[in-house]
Amino acid sequence: MTTLGTLDNANLNGGQKLAVKYFAVALVLFGAQILFGLLSGLQYLIPDLLYGVLDFSVNRMVHVNAMVVWMLFGFIGSVYWLLEEESGIPIVGLKLGNIIFWIFTLAVVVVVAVFLLVQIGPGEQSSIWLINEGREYIEAPRWADIGIVVCVLSVFFNVAATFAKGKWTGIGGVLTFDMIALFGIYMAGMFYTANISVDQYWWWWVIHLWVEATWEVMVGCIMAYGLMIVLGTPRKIVETWLYIEVAMMFGSGILGIGHHYFWIGTPEYWLSIGGFFSALEPVPLVAMVVHAVFDSGVNKMRNTNHPAMGWLIAQAFGNFFGAGVWGFMHTLPQINLYTHGTQWSASHGHLAFFGAYATINIAFFYIVAQKWRGNVWMSGETVGDWKWKWALGLLNLGMLGMTMGMLVSGYEQSQIERAIEGSSWAGYFAAQAHPWFVQGMVWREAFGVMFAAGYGILIWDLLTIGRREVRPAQVLLPH
Amino acid sequence: MTSSAWWASDTFWRKTAIWVTAGSFVILVFLTFDSMSQISGGTKRVPAYSVINNRVEYKYDEARHALIPVIGKEEPLFGKKLTEAEAEAMVSHGKLTVQAKNCMSCHTLLGNGAYYAPDLTKSWLDMSWGSRGVREELMVAFIKDPSDKLHNSLGRRMPKLDVTDDEAHAIVAFLKWMSTIDTNGFPANFKPIDQEN
Repeated sequence: MTTLGTLDNANLNGGQKLAVKYFAVALVLFGAQILFGLLSGLQYLIPDLLYGVLDFSVNRMVHVNAMVVWMLFGFIGSVYWLLEEESGIPIVGLKLGNIIFWIFTLAVVVVVAVFLLVQIGPGEQSSIWLINEGREYIEAPRWADIGIVVCVLSVFFNVAATFAKGKWTGIGGVLTFDMIALFGIYMAGMFYTANISVDQYWWWWVIHLWVEATWEVMVGCIMAYGLMIVLGTPRKIVETWLYIEVAMMFGSGILGIGHHYFWIGTPEYWLSIGGFFSALEPVPLVAMVVHAVFDSGVNKMRNTNHPAMGWLIAQAFGNFFGAGVWGFMHTLPQINLYTHGTQWSASHGHLAFFGAYATINIAFFYIVAQKWRGNVWMSGETVGDWKWKWALGLLNLGMLGMTMGMLVSGYEQSQIERAIEGSSWAGYFAAQAHPWFVQGMVWREAFGVMFAAGYGILIWDLLTIGRREVRPAQVLLPH
Repeated sequence: MTSSAWWASDTFWRKTAIWVTAGSFVILVFLTFDSMSQISGGTKRVPAYSVINNRVEYKYDEARHALIPVIGKEEPLFGKKLTEAEAEAMVSHGKLTVQAKNCMSCHTLLGNGAYYAPDLTKSWLDMSWGSRGVREELMVAFIKDPSDKLHNSLGRRMPKLDVTDDEAHAIVAFLKWMSTIDTNGFPANFKPIDQEN
């Protein structure tokens, strides 16, 4: 170990050195997500802004895709981070892992550059292979889809081969299984059909089964590891919880896909199946809150890393409210008929993605910062600890404010555009012009600026936290 | 709590997780086969592409308590009756153009996409086109260059996306076909363009 408080790669194992590269790209993309989110939010208020140059469709596409990729990079980084500690051996095929990182990053840069500079193409197959697939969240052209599958397969090889050669743990087993599902499901979206009902059916396999099933389980694994590191929770407890969460998450989430099959031409039985199982989806999220709060209570909140702990708690509540409560509020078909495709969905999407996924990645960034500086003290009264507190506060308040703004607009839209005006185009514009709608959009933008300020402080803090700290990390007493 | 209690043991929950996941997935696969048989083109829920040769209306079904598309008499799109293969080629070209122009990043289709511009599910039937007689040509002209056309009071305008004449016609075919999909009453309470009865 080198001097405490100095950022030094000698403090990291092989997988962790690779992980920090993934985290660095993730943080840059997080910034891009915020920038393009602010631009597209502003276009609701100033429609002529960048008209014909960077239209809403382009900004929104980059906003959404930057999010998907930064979260994926955060997860992959976390997996590499914990892999050697979990398996007990150096990563098998680490060199390949490093090469794949550079290919993956280069591919992301090319895709974003094409999104920004070329934007659209003629109505030919070559456009969806080379420019833009035109399907929300997975706009990446087909060549990049294939690249993503190859990259994820290679990460899977690192994970499976390392656990197979070293030792399997509960977290390792779940993680490996989850990664098979992760790339297997992605392939369900890689085809073209003229039939939009069939198209959206399989598109939801990718979007829903990623976001509401495999990603949640991935986060369960990362959370389990995080709680062991930060709170010193015994492995037996976190792994038992992990299995419970997997059972409940997949038990509700797999058939919960039905809530996307209400209105796309699919049979009426999905109204019942989707309504029932998606109503169960919040249950594992409640369990996760109980888990995190219970473990913290057992430890009387003593932990090795206060900022990481803060973000783990934010994850437990954010996941529960964003994915669970906000999802449940409009998941039953009786209400979804009026809310589907309004700002309700955007409100839910923002709080859920942030609450479930951004938070756990940020928690992990702090675990990384601590170890990278030689396992430095990050419990109470760290030098300059106002920064992580302000970042935590501004990012969470900013997100809550955006969510509420969009919810107000969504209520108004459901009532005026849908219930009263019957979803005609005239009804759509009547709702968009209503002061209540506009007010929600103004709030969203204002809180978006607050969120961006939080991001700025977060980056500053991650680069500096622990720099002048000379105390080693707090030692937790065994349970 | 002791680890010997069966309900608190990791082996019990590991097995439960495996069985629940496998069981749910098998049910999903079964339902997927059934759904595919009901939504692949040419079914009651998702009509064949040649349906663009007919009039389309959106009517309230008393039994289902929902608005559903009703296929009427022959009324070919752009006055030209197409075979099933020709219709499929045209609708497919339209769908491909909708993807290549990234329409879904402003509009919603079947309610999915972005919320900056109106839903396109029933755009073929929207009252904004005025009357059935002028609808087709108005749609083509708007899609080709919407930048100088009347939009709304918000100042929000669709950009010119370099859509060719062929592509614009194909997009209209795709939109007409999409309006025939039985969406279980979505969007509810929709008020369509002039109907026959």
